[in-house]
Amino acid sequence: MTTLLDVKNLWVKFPTRNGIFDAVRGVSFSLGKERLGIVGESGSGKSMTGRAILQLIRKPGMIEADHIALQGQNLLNLSEKQMRSVRGKQISMVMQDPKFSLNPVLTVGDQIVEAYRLHNKASKAEARAKALEMLEAVSIRDPERVMKAYPHEMSGGMGQRIMIAMMLIPNPEILIADEPTSALDVSVQGQVLSIMDRLVKERGMGLIFISHDLNLVSQFCDRVLIMYAGRVVEVCQADKLHEAKHPYTQGLLGSLPKFDAPRPRLEVLNRDPAWREAPSVESTS
Amino acid sequence: MRAQRTFVKRQPQLPLPPWVRGLVITLFSISITMLGLLLVTFLIGRVMPIDPVLAVVGERASQEQYDAVFKDLGLDKPLIVQFFYYVSDVLRGDFGQSLLTARPVADDIARVFPATFELATIGILLGCILGVPLGVIAAVRRGSWIDQIARVVALVGYSMPIFWLGLMGLLLFYGILGWVGGPGRQGIFYEDMIPSVTGMILIDSALARDWGAFWDAFSHIILPASLLGYYSLAYISRMTRSFMLEQLSAEYVTTARVKGMSEWAVIWGHAFKNIRVQLITVIALSYANLLEGSVLTEIIFSWPGIGSYITTALLSADMNAVLGGTVVVGLVFICLNVFSDLLYKFFDPRSK
Amino acid sequence: MSSQASSLHAWLTSETPTSRRQARWAAVYKGWLSLKSNHMAMAGLAIIIALITVAALAPWLAPHDPFVQDLGNRLQPLGAEGHVLGTDSLGRDILSRLIYGARITLYIVALVALIAPIVGLLVGTISGYAGGWVDLVMMRITDIFLAFPRLVLALAFVAALGAGIENAVLAISLTAWPPYARMARAETLTIRGSDYISAIRLQGAGPLRIITKHIWPLCISSLIVRVTLDMAGIILAAAGLGFLGLGAQPPSPEWGAMISEGRRFLLDHWWVATMPGLAIFTVSLAFNLLGDGLRDVLDPKDSSS
Repeated sequence: MTTLLDVKNLWVKFPTRNGIFDAVRGVSFSLGKERLGIVGESGSGKSMTGRAILQLIRKPGMIEADHIALQGQNLLNLSEKQMRSVRGKQISMVMQDPKFSLNPVLTVGDQIVEAYRLHNKASKAEARAKALEMLEAVSIRDPERVMKAYPHEMSGGMGQRIMIAMMLIPNPEILIADEPTSALDVSVQGQVLSIMDRLVKERGMGLIFISHDLNLVSQFCDRVLIMYAGRVVEVCQADKLHEAKHPYTQGLLGSLPKFDAPRPRLEVLNRDPAWREAPSVESTS
Repeated sequence: MRAQRTFVKRQPQLPLPPWVRGLVITLFSISITMLGLLLVTFLIGRVMPIDPVLAVVGERASQEQYDAVFKDLGLDKPLIVQFFYYVSDVLRGDFGQSLLTARPVADDIARVFPATFELATIGILLGCILGVPLGVIAAVRRGSWIDQIARVVALVGYSMPIFWLGLMGLLLFYGILGWVGGPGRQGIFYEDMIPSVTGMILIDSALARDWGAFWDAFSHIILPASLLGYYSLAYISRMTRSFMLEQLSAEYVTTARVKGMSEWAVIWGHAFKNIRVQLITVIALSYANLLEGSVLTEIIFSWPGIGSYITTALLSADMNAVLGGTVVVGLVFICLNVFSDLLYKFFDPRSK
Repeated sequence: MSSQASSLHAWLTSETPTSRRQARWAAVYKGWLSLKSNHMAMAGLAIIIALITVAALAPWLAPHDPFVQDLGNRLQPLGAEGHVLGTDSLGRDILSRLIYGARITLYIVALVALIAPIVGLLVGTISGYAGGWVDLVMMRITDIFLAFPRLVLALAFVAALGAGIENAVLAISLTAWPPYARMARAETLTIRGSDYISAIRLQGAGPLRIITKHIWPLCISSLIVRVTLDMAGIILAAAGLGFLGLGAQPPSPEWGAMISEGRRFLLDHWWVATMPGLAIFTVSLAFNLLGDGLRDVLDPKDSSS
């Protein structure tokens, strides 16, 4: 499989009053045309990893890595201007809650058209046609009306589909989905996921799926990275997750309720301080 | 900072379209506020230690004359009736006679108001044009030297007595450097040369194509207008900065960056569009404050506007003029508030 | 002595206070420590303390009597013999007048800072706690006062009451209370709905007790911040009234009135109007600096820097 993205020894650091805080500590992985899940609890650095790839860590945060190579080109060597043509055009990101990630005072249409025209020389009419097409692709029934609507008039599921349409319209090679369904009703989660899945497959993209939901990730992804305290503690095939060796992964699995094996008491995760110190696991695709 | 908008519980009511109901509620609350404003000025007029009858008839009037005027002014009626008369007079635009100018107060105000309007408007324009970008840059480059400068500029503006700064400005730019015209709206040479159309000399002289008069008026207005502009800049830039900081940490800003937008487009195309609504309120408020700040400024610069008018009337106990001026300024205040509310609704899609 | 001080420090910074008194003082001490690290706020505080000292010791500090005229010695420049800041149009020593003027400034500020927040607190808490018609009427009245431009309303009041310091104080207070009422009402509304107030009410506490013992203490910190930030505005308003001849009356050495006197000689004798202006600026700047610092300590959610 061709490697789209290769991340080697990624660190994200924040200077604080009590010295430097490392949010991500030496993470390495590579991504092909596949669905890669990154799982971890809050504060494990999974979102930071996603944002570091796009170099969207807010100052005074710092990104360090041996390389973040997009099809052989090291993104760290790019200027901010060059990086802008990577964002959206080659790597895109869907964020958690469409209530906050869509601009409340711009119409849905304006925001999608803008995303397209940033990377394509197109007239307004062409971009509009493209946006309508894209809205239909994310199964929005009345795209003409939605184009004129404002984000607050949309439901969560609609909002997230609009977000996906907006992020996929420049036709990127990689999509990072940062907890894309966590803010949605359970009833629409599956629908949004299947739309995303279909589009990613059709377009032959790579997907990085960031989530805290181990079950979801194991069903939805091909491969899973388990992060803990800024490091990757384990990498495994999603369908072989139950064979995971790391005690943290086993602990996480053990703390989930199962229909087929009901237990009176769920296990509580016991954290071993040694996990923090163990080096990151390398992964190759 | 955003005003909370809650939905009123739906009750059975007349089949009116919602915008009519909204309009009725707004008009009702405006009229209550205006009535309260008139009540306050009315009561101030009552507790005044000046006898309104003596003011009309003069010291040497006979008792009969005095009684006639007393009755004529309605002073024998109960307070509530007097208040009713007062309100109906004001509604007809009748604020009584000015003792000082011996003309109807309403005419006097109509004559002096354009001068204040011209001054405050140029002041607020300067304040916005400089203050908004300064606040935005201070927020974007938070903690940088430009942020520090913006902070000092605002702090000095909050702490400096406006009349003193005006005097110092006159001393420096007029007295020592001679860059600007002195007190007043025009030089002696141009006085009463321009036919009054709008009452605003800059516009009138431009209409008359008298560019000499235009430049003369400009050289007179620039210093007091900059002074007022500086005060509104201090406030506007601080508020812009804190609104912007709030928006820049919002998630949709990250979305815009993910799309690959330039920082400039993110700031002005996305974040700034979200603070427009709040800015309108702030600008309306500081415009209203300028009308007030112009009282002291007008004194310093001998500017024949409403501030000078009220103060002069005050010092000569011309109560009709003082209260008339106060009511007019209060009405302008209320109108500005209503206007900014309307704009708020226009610009914020969420409030429709 | 130093061991005593360090044990006091330990007592105040203890993570596990043993009494309510200790916890309360520890909170105050922590706030003080964080205020102390703010240099600008400390500079403001130093200026205010200096102002109070100068005002208190005016008779001993002033080199001359502020009222004694010496027409032969009028309009002396800066640094003239015996008159560091020169003399005014009646030959009075400007420095001495500034020193005595500090008393008037403090007097006005202290009175307004007492009257306006207390009136506002009363109106706001009663309105917020009572709700219903009381709330509606009181807030309408507050809105009406807010609808007036403050200085113009103060002018109208002074016109009706007559010029003078006390009337100026009254006029400024009358225009200054509505924002406090708004603030106290908003705080009351959030506190009133909280569970612990319901708990106290279940224990049988009446409205008076709830307002005075539980709502007021929680409004105080934001009130203090607001008052400190408003002090500068009060000083400027008082000086403005004085400048217009509606505040303190001559020959009182009120700073605003001094500027007004000096205005006539501005072009030839600039220092007469300049010095009192600098004094006003310094003091209101000090209050602004301290207010900013206090806001960061007491009301971190509002701080924007």
